Amino acid sequence: MAIVGSGPAGLSAAARAAALGMAHILIEKTDHLSDTIYKYQKGKYVMATPSVLNLRSDFDFEEGIREDILGTWDRQVEEQKVNVRLNAEVTEITGETGNFTIKLKDGSTIEAEAVVLSIGTQGNPNLLRVPGGDKPLVQYQLDDPEEYYDEHITVIGSGDAGIENALGLAKDPKQNNVVSILNRGESFARAKKGNVDALMEAEQEGRVLVRRETSPAEVKDGQLVLETRDGQETIPCNRIIARMGSKPPRDFVEACGIEFTSEDRDAFPKLSPSFETTKSGIHVIGALAGYPLIKHCMNQGHDVIEFLNGNADLKPADEEILEERFAGLPGSKSVDYWLETFNKQVVILQELSPLQMRELMLESRVHSYDKGEVIFERNAEGSSMFAIAEGSVAVEINPADSSITVPIEQGSIFGEVGLISGRKRGSTVRAAEPTICVEFSRNAALKLIATNPSVGRAVNRISIERQLLQMFGSGLTPADIKDLVDKAEVIEARAGQVLVQEGGEDKDVFVVRRGSMIVEKDLGGKPVFLSYLPAGSYFGEMAVIDGSKRTATVKAAVKSQVVKLPGEEFLKVLDAKPKLRERALADMAGRRATNEFVESRKDSFGSAVDMYSQTAQFLVDNGIGEATDVLLIDEKLCVGCDNCEKACADSHDGLSRLNREAGTTYAHLHVPTSCRHCEHPHCMADCPPNAIKRGPDGEVFIDETCIGCGNCQRNCPYGVIRMDAKPPPKPSLLSWLFFGKGPGPGEPSYGWRKKKMEEQEAETGKKPGKFAIKCDMCSGIEGGPSCVRACPTGAAIRVSPERFLSITRFAEETD
Amino acid sequence: MASVPDEKPIGASAIEQRRAADHSSFLTHRKFLWLWVALISCIVTSAIYFSIDVQPRPNGGTWYGYTLGTIGAGLIVWLALLGIRKRNMSEGHWSLKAWTSAHVYLGLSLIVIATLHTGFQLGWNVHTLAYVLMMLVILSGIYGIIAYVRLPQALSDNRKEMTTEMMVEALDSIDGQLRRAAQPLDRHEADTVIAALEQDTFGAGMWRRLTNSYGNCATAAALDAFSGNYDADSAHERVRALLARRKAQLDQIRRHMKIKAMLEVWLFIHIPVTIALLAALTAHIISVFYYW
Repeated sequence: MAIVGSGPAGLSAAARAAALGMAHILIEKTDHLSDTIYKYQKGKYVMATPSVLNLRSDFDFEEGIREDILGTWDRQVEEQKVNVRLNAEVTEITGETGNFTIKLKDGSTIEAEAVVLSIGTQGNPNLLRVPGGDKPLVQYQLDDPEEYYDEHITVIGSGDAGIENALGLAKDPKQNNVVSILNRGESFARAKKGNVDALMEAEQEGRVLVRRETSPAEVKDGQLVLETRDGQETIPCNRIIARMGSKPPRDFVEACGIEFTSEDRDAFPKLSPSFETTKSGIHVIGALAGYPLIKHCMNQGHDVIEFLNGNADLKPADEEILEERFAGLPGSKSVDYWLETFNKQVVILQELSPLQMRELMLESRVHSYDKGEVIFERNAEGSSMFAIAEGSVAVEINPADSSITVPIEQGSIFGEVGLISGRKRGSTVRAAEPTICVEFSRNAALKLIATNPSVGRAVNRISIERQLLQMFGSGLTPADIKDLVDKAEVIEARAGQVLVQEGGEDKDVFVVRRGSMIVEKDLGGKPVFLSYLPAGSYFGEMAVIDGSKRTATVKAAVKSQVVKLPGEEFLKVLDAKPKLRERALADMAGRRATNEFVESRKDSFGSAVDMYSQTAQFLVDNGIGEATDVLLIDEKLCVGCDNCEKACADSHDGLSRLNREAGTTYAHLHVPTSCRHCEHPHCMADCPPNAIKRGPDGEVFIDETCIGCGNCQRNCPYGVIRMDAKPPPKPSLLSWLFFGKGPGPGEPSYGWRKKKMEEQEAETGKKPGKFAIKCDMCSGIEGGPSCVRACPTGAAIRVSPERFLSITRFAEETD
Repeated sequence: MASVPDEKPIGASAIEQRRAADHSSFLTHRKFLWLWVALISCIVTSAIYFSIDVQPRPNGGTWYGYTLGTIGAGLIVWLALLGIRKRNMSEGHWSLKAWTSAHVYLGLSLIVIATLHTGFQLGWNVHTLAYVLMMLVILSGIYGIIAYVRLPQALSDNRKEMTTEMMVEALDSIDGQLRRAAQPLDRHEADTVIAALEQDTFGAGMWRRLTNSYGNCATAAALDAFSGNYDADSAHERVRALLARRKAQLDQIRRHMKIKAMLEVWLFIHIPVTIALLAALTAHIISVFYYW
């Protein structure tokens, strides 16, 4: 029995072999055991997740610092008489079951009946592929964080390794390092919760700068150019620690005759439930099998040896948990049966290995529904994603008439919109027949997408298809647009990136999936702001339909995601569907009218239109590009009475959610510090209890499950969330007016609140907690937003950007 | 060349309609609806006044006088209720802007309605007192309209995106720097700086605030005392530059206070006189009925 690699998986396997008295050898490339953990930074605290899983190994492991864990294992290797060969790098494995020859780098060979590969993935870290990425200031390893001081250090990567390195470098303020960590996305979905919490704490204390939605663009000497949500930015940087994951040492593994699940860079070897690869006799366990967690690795090491020893009845360690989880499903089938069913029948799960399936199921729930049973209701809260394992469901697309439904077939998914925007459920979904569904929590689904590119693509494809169907009307079926979806390409556009250039001859149609676009037309050398396109709009169809040149420039207002559809495919769909063509032509006529209007008026516009374009640009710069509803104050009318703030406070527990004076101003148009109800709210990204939701009118609000952690306040780029305790109620308005009781209208002064709260605390013995509060657009208050209703002069207005930022409206106003 | 999504959440189109109609000031609200209401009531009441021949002569005691008086008294009470409306954030589809708009135009219409009510009979009595108080309220209100139309822009321009709090903080930070920079100066020079720092920025009276005249400004005096030609690196030059910054910051705060005061000062007449008017009006009505 040859075990290659002495990580947790290999060690555990060798220990089991030793315990069973099997002839074995543990082969390790370096001069010490468990190189991956050995290379962890000094004093690193190693976690033991998932906590629900039992450890099944002859070696001990519990969470603790790196040195203790390695020390325990070194001792146990001695005690349990594990046969180890250090400094032995395997270069080739040949032969068949019962007769393998393992060639080492020094030329010697080892004979074995069976081979267990537990070599991990550490060998090949993913490299930084940007200009200057090969400069010496980039490193892929951090051995001792205490080595560096007085440096600007940037950690790239949002996984556990990156977070731990960043925390280590920032741990001791005496080192005086300026530590930044870059995250391409908004949330740290790949990382363990403990690490993410620690990072959030460090961010709050100002020890680590966390840059979200930011990726490196270019490495220069002493500087790093970043691609951020709002464009490029250059920061000082003396050292880059790139921890962007690693990929299996695939060439070596494939040379052993082992097949992988797909051509993906991130794919894992094909494995049987007993960890055997397609090359009979060779087994793969641990990180190489797709299991980066130590506990999994150790359990697998134990199990693989048991299997090899002929123990065919051994059930994996998580069997009991899964049995319980699947207990509610019909037909009292085995865990393996269900795992196989889900694996085979749910499209997005098809490329997962049985082991990955097990892990995913630990974080998911399964349901069985009778015919007609409601799975979720329209407007219900919920951010989980469902997959149909058996049966089918019907989506009620018309809230007024529940008999109009669209079917979703076995194998597909639904509820995926919840993952993306955090909106409430858009439609009621019922089981169309007896149905079995798997429900993935938002976090589990995001992790699945983040770690399995194929799943990401499958979910992507389905959501593109659904978006097109929804946009182009209910007459279309998935079959009509199949070719279109197949050729669709998702493009990430940075802020300001031009997607369509006026006068260009390209012929593609674009759909805005995320973010927003601004449309500009060149008039006498100056760009004139024509209109604003929120997510869910499409553009570029004009040039495709009538073959003309592009009539305007379209560029991303903020970091956006668009779907590019080839023009000829789009035309084919139009040809097949006259109704759709009619609609597209009607849309086009409207746009053309605007263009003609602008052309005809361009001489009389003069400086007014410059002003308009600049004002529009100012608003876009201030985040209106991702807003769905924003409070603006016309400072030509605002007398500074602060009645808007008072009204806000009096409508919401006595605390104002807006600061009128603060914020930016251009041409007397003031954007106060108040929530914009972003299309993709930054505040929602990292809310542990998922307390931030979107209401039916598009308002983003925080519900009563808020735990007061302050993540949203830190994540909001516009500073509109405050953390405060709800003040005690005030005496009524009339008793203030006539008898001078209480602090009067508006937010009570800090002094009054403090005094009252102390009184209250003395009475009840409870200290009121601070929770996050923000604008909810006065949801549930008849009459709508109080700030606008309470403005005596008409200075306060609430607008949605696509209506406000349109040139025709501007012209109407100036007429 | 593009389309916006059709499917808006329920209620959004209604909200949007309301908003689209809403970007207008209290004066132009609903295409001057209340101006027209006020104008027409003035024209109608005047036309009736001059076309009918009441006996013995037009005054408050005739049937038409009572009619105008009732309308006038009702208007005054309703106009005074704006103060409650403004502070009472109840639910419902009301808009303070609409109330202000009506308040302004209907209040102005009182000039005509109440004058016609008097039948141009004025004298030294409680009835005329009520009339005079009302005219005072209206006059202060007219100033208020002018201030509300003309001053906000100046307030915004002067603020330069700073909040009041930020202005005060900026002043504090300059003061801290001044205190350190003045350390190397000799006693006499340091005293002028200390005098500037110790002077109460906000203690000025209403008049100073409104006129923005601070003749005894210690900062200005200190700046004068440091008007020599100093070396760029000298302590004196640093102090001079900081004093100039302090002066500029003070000027901004004072202009801010001036404009805010001008926007508010009329309320100190408008509201107390309204209360007096309500009292005089009550006296006027009671006495009229008592001596009937």
